[in-house]
Amino acid sequence: MARIAGVDLPRNKKACIALRYLYGIGPTAAEKICQKLNIAEHKRVQDLTEDEVNRIREEIDKNWQVEGDLRRVEGLNVKRLIEINCFRGQRHRKGLPTRGQRTKTNARTRRGRKRATIANKKIAPSKG
Amino acid sequence: MSRSLKKGPYVHPSLSKKIEEMNRKNEKKVVKCWARSSMIIPEMIGHTIAIYNGRKHVPVYVTEQMIGHRLGEFAPTRHFKGHSGGDKTAKRG
Repeated sequence: MARIAGVDLPRNKKACIALRYLYGIGPTAAEKICQKLNIAEHKRVQDLTEDEVNRIREEIDKNWQVEGDLRRVEGLNVKRLIEINCFRGQRHRKGLPTRGQRTKTNARTRRGRKRATIANKKIAPSKG
Repeated sequence: MSRSLKKGPYVHPSLSKKIEEMNRKNEKKVVKCWARSSMIIPEMIGHTIAIYNGRKHVPVYVTEQMIGHRLGEFAPTRHFKGHSGGDKTAKRG
């Protein structure tokens, strides 16, 4: 029903919660939008009038960077870092955290899921 | 807390002196530099700066995109080639 920036908002959630389903709109941004457009906090998406939906759409179009646009900008920023070959670019290239976090343990978001332990690798060649 | 705008970007005095000197004479030669925390400013574009990484000076050609970064970001101080045993990781280099 309420389709904003190419994303369907969940109908039975409150408007300021549902807006967070857009990439680039989090709790703060959603709250700001709702306050600016005078949308009551408890109002669900299905109860929004057509006019209100249009106003949200307009507001986001004008003042917010969301979804594809935002992803592209982020991608370009990362690409720039990689191109100039700075430390952060190298970390991006290797898929490691860029802001000095430890990598002895944790850092699983950047490094992906835990792989089979190295002990297994060492055993494998001796078998063959 | 960020640096006061009044002061401008931090560049080591001796480095900025050398860069200015080169710009005035319109010459280009590699400048050895230990000031890794110096910021790259527009005056440095086109010069090659050899940034010390603790072992040797890594020559880096400064381009426009690098402005605002620190010199040290372009001369890594650690060199990790991968652990022994893991063939795949060693190849990635």
